[in-house]
Amino acid sequence: MKLYVVVKNALRTLLRNPMRAMLTALGIVIGVGSVIAMMEIGSGSSEALKKSISNMGANMLMIFPGMTSTGGVSGGMGSAQNLSPEDCEAIIRECPAVRTAAPTVRVRVQVVRGNRNWVPNQVQGTTSAYLDVRGNTIEEGSPISERDILNCNRVCLLGKTVARELFGDESPVNQEVRIKSITFRVIGVLAAKGANMMGMDQDDIILAPWTTVKYRIAGSSMTTANQSQSSSTSSTGSTRGVLYPSGSTSLYPEKSSTQTANTPLTMRFATVDMILASAVSPEAIPDAIKQITALLRERHRLHPQAEDDFSIRDMTEMTNTLSSTTKLMTNLLLCVAMISLVVGGVGIMNIMLVSVTERTREIGLRMAVGARSRDILLQFLVESIVLCLVGGIIGIMLGHGGAILVALMLGWPVSTSIPAIVAAFMVSAAVGIIFGYYPAWKASRLDPIEALRYE
Amino acid sequence: MELITLKNICKTYNLGDIDVPVLKGVSLDIMNGEMVALMGASGSGKSTLMNILGCLDRPTSGEYWLDGEEVSRISSDRRALIRNHKIGFVFQNFNLLPRTSAVDNVAMPLAYTAGHLSSREARKRAEAMLEKVGLADRMEHVPSQLSGGQQQRVAIARALINHPPVLFADEPTGNLDSHTSAEVLKMFQDLNRTENITIILVTHDAHVAGHAQRVIHISDGLINDGVYCAAPPVEEDVR
Repeated sequence: MKLYVVVKNALRTLLRNPMRAMLTALGIVIGVGSVIAMMEIGSGSSEALKKSISNMGANMLMIFPGMTSTGGVSGGMGSAQNLSPEDCEAIIRECPAVRTAAPTVRVRVQVVRGNRNWVPNQVQGTTSAYLDVRGNTIEEGSPISERDILNCNRVCLLGKTVARELFGDESPVNQEVRIKSITFRVIGVLAAKGANMMGMDQDDIILAPWTTVKYRIAGSSMTTANQSQSSSTSSTGSTRGVLYPSGSTSLYPEKSSTQTANTPLTMRFATVDMILASAVSPEAIPDAIKQITALLRERHRLHPQAEDDFSIRDMTEMTNTLSSTTKLMTNLLLCVAMISLVVGGVGIMNIMLVSVTERTREIGLRMAVGARSRDILLQFLVESIVLCLVGGIIGIMLGHGGAILVALMLGWPVSTSIPAIVAAFMVSAAVGIIFGYYPAWKASRLDPIEALRYE
Repeated sequence: MELITLKNICKTYNLGDIDVPVLKGVSLDIMNGEMVALMGASGSGKSTLMNILGCLDRPTSGEYWLDGEEVSRISSDRRALIRNHKIGFVFQNFNLLPRTSAVDNVAMPLAYTAGHLSSREARKRAEAMLEKVGLADRMEHVPSQLSGGQQQRVAIARALINHPPVLFADEPTGNLDSHTSAEVLKMFQDLNRTENITIILVTHDAHVAGHAQRVIHISDGLINDGVYCAAPPVEEDVR
């Protein structure tokens, strides 16, 4: 007996009792529909969750310069001055796994406005990419521009805490603050971010162009350096520093221009304290580390056997949290899916058993005119599979429609998941086979004589 | 030539510890093209004999030759095939599929025949059969729209769809009035005469049995007498 004939017969039989077929399939419709809707809403929110965790900096990489030691006194991690802004630009340009990167120069100085003063946790010199890497947004005002960086403009962005401490309820935008007695214009305020995972206030921050911080403020940029190792290397050799005295007392008499010409200093390029890079996705972090390492070793002209003169750190802890959250969500949905499909399947089995009893005479007749028991088995099995598949298709459409409705009305993030749809289709076929098998087997075991005489 | 030969057929039902013998050694010959009536009171073993003859049941012992083949020991799948090819059934309560058109009812057994027929051909054959039983204008009617006589004619068309050599009719007129009964019996006689189909009528009605060439009486699991009209009487074996 050809399969399409069996399927056609099954459809015809089901259509003989459309109301019952519909109600039977309803269990599967609801099961599959809820699974699809939950999958789509769930994967949408897990996508959104992923994004917000990424915003916290899950795919952030921190590149520190290596360490130096002078006379047996170690400077600690980051004490060497060998990361340049050019390194940062090269990373952006040449590492495909890196979305963007920002150099940072850090100082810890007093900020004064009127009669108030405050020492922010961090005064960071950076570029506009910093906001992107850290997931900061600007609440009011505008970000630092390329021009500000090129011109060492005295502009800054205030974090929420700093703004509150210095300005109270006033808007700080376009007002002035003095950072280490240099006047800065406030061009914007960062949106509040709260404490980070270590409990550090992320709003206690001032951002300024890295050139400005480096050349105008940085007396000592070595917040990470061992402060007991007071060394002359902390002076940057910048000519601009002369304009705005850094406040650290000069140990030596100033050189005259002749002296300078006589003892030329080796050219010193600007260095930064740290480079923050952001990988394209949390999964791309290992690739990004590999690419950055190769690039920096090449740029720093390191011998293959030499150790790295920098170190890269990532947020493994956050990434792990992220992946375990996603896994938990998926498993939870899978459990719900299983339960609802089992319930639907039991409904199918129930009706198929009723149907077998009700159609005992038909089964007897079919056997009398030459149906083998496997023909009867196939007939009832196909009926239940068709029922489940039709229910599954309706369920997929309903679930998908429901998810879209939710997205439209509640504005929840939703993403269509093709694997979920395929899986729902297969699972409903499997439910048809599993829960249809027993009734079909029962039908096929009937004795034709008994069945024909059944009233 | 014998179409059906029974040799000492016994059938014992096993109800728990008690064995209930229903057929106690039946031997019988039915020629090709005969029209035979099987008569007996209820409980005489008539239905059991009919089930065995119709390959629905297997005898406990004895031999059953149908169309030159010993069928008493074959598997249920083989028996299904034999029922499909060699036997047509007509029942007292018609046993048509409800809410299914007459033509689909008639074509139903073809679904279990080796699938060399396309559904179009199957439909053609079913339509031809319905025309033969005089229901050309009722092809798409469902059983509930047909009278009893028409339903029984659909059932006969269904029984004949695979051109079986033998037709079993189990109380075919039991649910019909006398007028339609006469029509149906006439149809059996015509089929027997023109198509040379062997017809076995199971009945307890002497009037119906009177339409057959030979009447076999069963009582208590044994054949009392089977008068064979066309040939010298055959001495039936007793036990």
